[in-house]
Amino acid sequence: MSEEFEPNIVGFACNWCSYAGADLAGTSRMKYPPNIRIIRVMCSGRVSPAFILKAFQMGADGVLVTGCHPGDCHYIAGNLKCEKTMGTTRKLIDVLGIGEERLRLEWVSASEGSKFADVVTDFTNRIRGLGPLSGKSQG
Amino acid sequence: MNSEAIVKETRAYHCLECGVCTSSCPVARVNPSFSPRLLVEKALFGFGDEIVRDRDLWSCLVCGRCTSRCPSNVDYLNFIKEMRIEASKLGEKGLFSHDGVMNTIMELQLTNLQQKRTFWIADDLEVADEGECFYFVGCLPYFDLVFGEGGYCDVGLKPTERARNTVRILNKMGIKPVVSNDERCCGHDLLWNGDLEGFRRLAELNLKTIKKSGARKVICLCPEGYVTLKRDYPLYLGEQDLEVVQLYQLLADKLKEGKLNFVENGSNNPVKVTFHDPCSLGRMAEIYEEPREILSAIPGIELVEMERNRADALCCGTSGWVNCSSCSKQIQTERLKEAEATGADILLTACPKCGIHLSCAKYNSDIKIEIKDITDLIVEKMV
Repeated sequence: MSEEFEPNIVGFACNWCSYAGADLAGTSRMKYPPNIRIIRVMCSGRVSPAFILKAFQMGADGVLVTGCHPGDCHYIAGNLKCEKTMGTTRKLIDVLGIGEERLRLEWVSASEGSKFADVVTDFTNRIRGLGPLSGKSQG
Repeated sequence: MNSEAIVKETRAYHCLECGVCTSSCPVARVNPSFSPRLLVEKALFGFGDEIVRDRDLWSCLVCGRCTSRCPSNVDYLNFIKEMRIEASKLGEKGLFSHDGVMNTIMELQLTNLQQKRTFWIADDLEVADEGECFYFVGCLPYFDLVFGEGGYCDVGLKPTERARNTVRILNKMGIKPVVSNDERCCGHDLLWNGDLEGFRRLAELNLKTIKKSGARKVICLCPEGYVTLKRDYPLYLGEQDLEVVQLYQLLADKLKEGKLNFVENGSNNPVKVTFHDPCSLGRMAEIYEEPREILSAIPGIELVEMERNRADALCCGTSGWVNCSSCSKQIQTERLKEAEATGADILLTACPKCGIHLSCAKYNSDIKIEIKDITDLIVEKMV
């Protein structure tokens, strides 16, 4: 097949800021790659390492986690918890051989539709450059 | 295997309905809806379908207390294992703790992703890529990232310190062990959670890695890993030309040969310690005396036994990262209180998982006793 590799990207977006930011990107008709599948969570703090690993196990080539800017969290500090969790998750996926560059954390507020579109475009291009996650086949 | 075949295979038809299993069961003491005897009865009366759909099938800790005490020799452990294998064929599974992160880590090791699991190796350690002895590290690097300091479920532990200490001890004994990035999870938890296919594949991959390194001897610190490599690999994949030893067996031999020595104690006040027999080291592998021989050889250490020790030891309350509940916490707290009642300052464990589970229970309580691994103590005192 000579078709260009199209990555599968799973995006976790918090209900209060980032999901609204993604919505704004859509209603403003901004263009961004269709590779991302967004999963809405109540808070980025709810995203556990297990979700990220499960996404990779089920065929994701990249995972993007987005939450409110520090200080803006609807639950006060959920996004800070998320930042801490993503730090160890990054190490975990690196040790597992997935590669830490396949996980990205970004702060996107409800008014930042264009930032959301930019982040998704940039991340998709990066993952496209990295190629498919090897090891989906059983070794 | 259908439930009739499981009854035959595990000699469940010998059941006398005496109830020793249920009265010995640590889960049944705190969770009245769980009863080993009832599960066997159901199988005997042909209600196998009910068992495989029962949520409590996953509450069993496979600690082996019932099996070791059953007067009719019913093989309860294999009864549970086979029932779980049947249940998982129907899509049933236990309730995974920590959102199932440990289970996903195990399953991801079935793929051909190149792990970097040897990140814990420090400069003072001597390890090899090829050689006679293979050190099977097991899940310690992953425990470090999930339960270690700064991890997702931080319980204030340093699991990879166990791995470093093991290599330090082996180096002292003149052994330069093979440590590999291609090692996988041993498959213990997948097997006991009913994923026979996953277990087989992990076992095949591990045997390939071990054989490629040229090793004829495998050293395990983790008792679960030891039991799995020693007992279950030959059982499911045929006899292997490998000698599997547990670290404390090796050290007890070295002690007799005079190759393991400890510093002389300067003070007259011995430190009181008590030892928690892990189910897999005790009832499964029947290694009771070796750790005690090592401990009694360390000057300045006084070993005091808990009321329930050796074959009677209480389980650490969770197994295979499934169905951890308030019942688990009750069992763990009971064990910690039992350890405190001995007057010991330190509770020693020989299994990294017991260490995690007991530390987790201690974390949310006012129990003061320090929890340590035997390897920590050996490295502190060895010369």
